[in-house]
Amino acid sequence: MSIVPSELKYVKTHEWIRDEGGGVVTVGITDHAQKLLGDLVFVELPEVGSQVQTESECAVVESVKAASDVYSPVTGEIVAVNTDLADAPETINEDPYESGWLFKVQLADPEEYERLMDADAYIQLCAAENE
Amino acid sequence: MEQRTALHAEHVALGARMVPFGGWDMPLHYGSQLDEHRAVRRAAGVFDVSHMLALDVRGAGARDFLRRVLANDVARLRTPGKALYSCMLTPDGGVVDDLIVYFLADDDFRVVVNAGTAPKDLDWMAAQARGADVTLTPRRDLAMLAVQGPAARGAVLPLLAGPLREAAAALAPFAAAPAGEWLVARTGYTGEDGVELALPNAEAPAFWRALLAAGVTPCGLGARDTLRLEAGMNLYGQDMDESVSPLESGLGWTVAFDPPDRDFVGRGALEALRVRGDLRRFVGLLLDDKGVLRAHQKVFAGDREIGEITSGGYAPTLDRSIAFARVAAGIGDRCTVAVRGRHLAARVVRPPFVRNGQALIGL
Repeated sequence: MSIVPSELKYVKTHEWIRDEGGGVVTVGITDHAQKLLGDLVFVELPEVGSQVQTESECAVVESVKAASDVYSPVTGEIVAVNTDLADAPETINEDPYESGWLFKVQLADPEEYERLMDADAYIQLCAAENE
Repeated sequence: MEQRTALHAEHVALGARMVPFGGWDMPLHYGSQLDEHRAVRRAAGVFDVSHMLALDVRGAGARDFLRRVLANDVARLRTPGKALYSCMLTPDGGVVDDLIVYFLADDDFRVVVNAGTAPKDLDWMAAQARGADVTLTPRRDLAMLAVQGPAARGAVLPLLAGPLREAAAALAPFAAAPAGEWLVARTGYTGEDGVELALPNAEAPAFWRALLAAGVTPCGLGARDTLRLEAGMNLYGQDMDESVSPLESGLGWTVAFDPPDRDFVGRGALEALRVRGDLRRFVGLLLDDKGVLRAHQKVFAGDREIGEITSGGYAPTLDRSIAFARVAAGIGDRCTVAVRGRHLAARVVRPPFVRNGQALIGL
């Protein structure tokens, strides 16, 4: 079973979103997603200062198996990226919700976070995918 | 519905991630493909390779049949038990499949072919055998295990029955020892020492469990792929197929043109290719930049596209990405590879990248 923290928000492309206050959110990929991908060996992150759009490709995670796009779950500006992942992409497998975070976004619309899927809805989405 | 090996329930019980492969439901990994890869490089791992097909080729005409249908020459096998790697070609010189053939007796050979190509191979061989004194017997009653790594033979030998244990302990590389329905061969697909075993399906689960109890790590198809890539070994369907000759797939060394009067299938086409010259080269690539090389990415010399990657991935032993590529003859010792619109720098190297746990390529 995959871990789905109840305090986070989610999107259907298997990214999680944490509210850091001040209109900033942290984004990563879920435990379910890292298990499907397998051992991660390379991560390509967006540039700090770049603009991202909801549902647009903004990062790539590569596992031993394949390359997968990461979609921004929100619209805004990249204000930080997890540079530790360059030398330790396996951190995403080991700790997807904390030290395996990918990037932080300053929201263009602070209300956007509230409209995202909650943990219960995401659990149902994963269950439906597994059927 | 995918077919299941005799060890399917073992894989599921271990929590393997199962995937369809060549018509079979097979383990991709049992948790971490990287840990499995490292277990084989440092200690021992076991792979269920029962999806591959063992095929007995018997009869007074067996040797002549194999000398005609295989591009390598079984006449090179003089001692019973010796094995040979070979391609089986189309008349046009394309690769029908790659395989291992074991010489057991003058009228008794064992061939092991890939899973996905097995039905095609059987049809092809049956057509070629028409009129010859040869019987082809698929052995789906047998399971096959590959136990690989520096500690592999030490783990396997104590589990074998007395006489087979002694014979298996004495095996030279690329030699096999039969005992009843069992066959133990000192062969593999990882670049490490180890053995491959064929044994009756009914005995396979107990033997599998005994290997695990002896500390051998169960390994899936994922680790099998990264290990063979590091070891510089081709994968059928990716690195070669019916559209390309072994001479442009890094497999020229497996084609026996001597003696000149041996008329094997595909010989004429390969000789014409050799005369024509200007063959594409099959090379190894080592990525200097960060990133991961993958099959079908394009290879460039300056602005000029010169070829394509056939297999690529992350090499755990090197902590770098490596690949095989089929490229124009004039390639130098550097190139770039287009990855998501960017050109990443790579070095052209000669596989294998890794043997017996050691990197053979300077990083």
